[in-house]
Amino acid sequence: MDFYLGLAQIIGIHTLLGLSAYCVLLTGQVSLAQAGFFAIGAYVAGMLTVLAEWPLIPALLAAAVIAGAIACAVGFPALRLRGLMLVVATIAFGESVRLFFFNFDYQITRGNIRVGPLGGEGFRQIRYFPEHGWSTLEVLLFVWMVVTLVMAALWWMDRSRAGAVLRAVGEDEVAAQSTGINITAVKVSAMTVGGVIAGAGGGIFAHYTTHIEHVQFGVVLATFAIAYPILGGLSNVFGTLLAVLFVQGFLIEGLRFLGDWRNLLFGALILLAMNLRPRGLLDAGAIAALRRLSYRKDATGA
Amino acid sequence: MLELRMLTKRFGGVRAVEHVDLAVAEGEIFGLIGPNGSGKSTIVNLICGLFPATDGNVLFRGEDIGDLSPHARVALGIARTFQNIRLFGQLTVWQNLWVAQNSRKQLGAQHFIGRWLGGSRRDREEINRTLEFFDLAHKRDELAANLAFGEQRRLEFARALSAKPALLLLDEPAAGMNVEEIEELDDRIRKLREDGISILLIEHHMELVMSVTDRVAVLNFGQKIAEGRPAEIQGNPLVSEAYLGTAAKVG
Repeated sequence: MDFYLGLAQIIGIHTLLGLSAYCVLLTGQVSLAQAGFFAIGAYVAGMLTVLAEWPLIPALLAAAVIAGAIACAVGFPALRLRGLMLVVATIAFGESVRLFFFNFDYQITRGNIRVGPLGGEGFRQIRYFPEHGWSTLEVLLFVWMVVTLVMAALWWMDRSRAGAVLRAVGEDEVAAQSTGINITAVKVSAMTVGGVIAGAGGGIFAHYTTHIEHVQFGVVLATFAIAYPILGGLSNVFGTLLAVLFVQGFLIEGLRFLGDWRNLLFGALILLAMNLRPRGLLDAGAIAALRRLSYRKDATGA
Repeated sequence: MLELRMLTKRFGGVRAVEHVDLAVAEGEIFGLIGPNGSGKSTIVNLICGLFPATDGNVLFRGEDIGDLSPHARVALGIARTFQNIRLFGQLTVWQNLWVAQNSRKQLGAQHFIGRWLGGSRRDREEINRTLEFFDLAHKRDELAANLAFGEQRRLEFARALSAKPALLLLDEPAAGMNVEEIEELDDRIRKLREDGISILLIEHHMELVMSVTDRVAVLNFGQKIAEGRPAEIQGNPLVSEAYLGTAAKVG
C-alpha cells in the first residue's frame, strides 16, 4: 500500500513540475531550466524548515517566491533567445544551479549532529513530516491539495484573457506584437509563474524524499519536466496530468516487471505516443470526443 | 497624422527603402502602390517598428516614434494587417479579437484584474459589434485556423480594428479575394473613414485603390516616384512605365 501512496505522491510532485513547464511552453518557449527552479525550491524550503525551523507552509511559499524571482531574472536575458539557442541557454542555467548545489556547504550543529546541505553528499534529514507526525496519507493529501490548487489556478488563467494572450504569443510573436502585446513582459511573466510552481514543487519534493542531492536535478529531470506538457498537449492542464500518469504510473512503475527491457520500451512508447497523437495525448479532438460522450450520457439519462 | 521623413532601410547592400517622404493626413485614405519588391511592406514594417530604420524618421501626430517598440506603437493608435495573413490559428475567432483589445490604452484605466480576466461588458459588446460588422458573428467559436480564406482576411482586419487604431495600415487586404469580397472591403474601408480612422492602404488591386483612396503614392525600387490624386497618378507616364503599364497589359 505504501508503494502506491508513494507513487501517488511522486505523480503529484511531477505534475507540479510539468505544470511549471506548461506555463512557459504556452508562450512557445522550450525551457529546460525548470529542474533548476525545482532544485532551488527544494534547497530553500529544506533549509528553512531544517536550519531556520520554519513551519512548512511559509517555507514552501518562500521557496516558491525565491524560485520565481530567479526565474524572472533568468527570463529577461534568456527569452531574447529562440528555439535551440534557448534550449541550450536553459540547460546551461539548470546545470549551473546543479553545480552550485554540488559545491554548496552550509551546515550547523543541532544537538550532536550536523545538519544542512553538504555539497556532493547532499542534504540529508529533511525530516519535517516524520518529526511533526504526518502520516504518509496526510502527506499525500497535502501534495494533491497543492496540485489541485495550482491546476485550478492555471485552468482559470487559461480561460481568462491572460491565457489567450499567452497562447497568442506562443502562436505568432510578430502578430502578437502587432496587436499590442508586450511579448517580453508576457514571456517573462510566464517564466516567473513557471518558476513559482517549480519552486513549490521542489520544496514539497525535498520534504517527501527527506534527502536531496544535486544529481536528482540534472538534465534528465529537466527533460521530464518539458516532456510532460509536450506529451500531454497544450489544450489544457489535464493533458500534463495525464502525461505524468502515463509516464510515472505506466511507463516507469507499471512496466517494472520487464526489468532491463523497460528502458528500451520506455523510449519506444514515448515515440509511439507522440506519433499517434502529435498534438498531445489530450488534444482538441480527444476533448471534443469526451464532450460528445458526456452529451450522449446526458441524453440517455434524460 | 503620420509622417515619414527621408525614411531609409537597407538590408545589407539591398536598399529596400530609400529616402521616402510621405504624409497621411487625419481622416485620409492614402494608397501606396508599386510593383512587387518596391518596398511597400518594408515601409509598413518600419511604421510598426518590427525593425529599426537605417535612417530617417517616422512621426505619428508630430512625435518621433522611431524608438518605440511595436506594442507601444499599437497603444498610440497604429494597427495593421499582414500581407500573408497572421492569425492566432489555435484561438477562436472571438479570442483573436479579445487578445487585441488588451492593447488598448483605455484598458489601462480598467481594473487590473478585470482587464486580464474577461474585460468589461462594454469590451464584449464591442467585440460582438466588430464581428457583426465583418460578418463573422456566426463563426465566433470557430478556431481561426479553420476559417475559409476570405473569412481569415476579414478576421485579421477585425483584429486590427479591435486595437482601436487611429491609423490603420492595410497590407494588401484584397489579395486573393473575389469581386464581391472586394466590393465589401471597399464599403468597410469607407465606413471606417466615416468613424474617423485614417488608413494607409497598400494594394495591387488598382480598381480598389482608384475607388477608395484620396491620394496615392507610387514606389519603385524603394523610392517614391509619384504622388497625387488617383486620377493624376493614372495619367503619370513614369508610373505607367514602372507599374500600371504592365498591369494594363495583364488586364
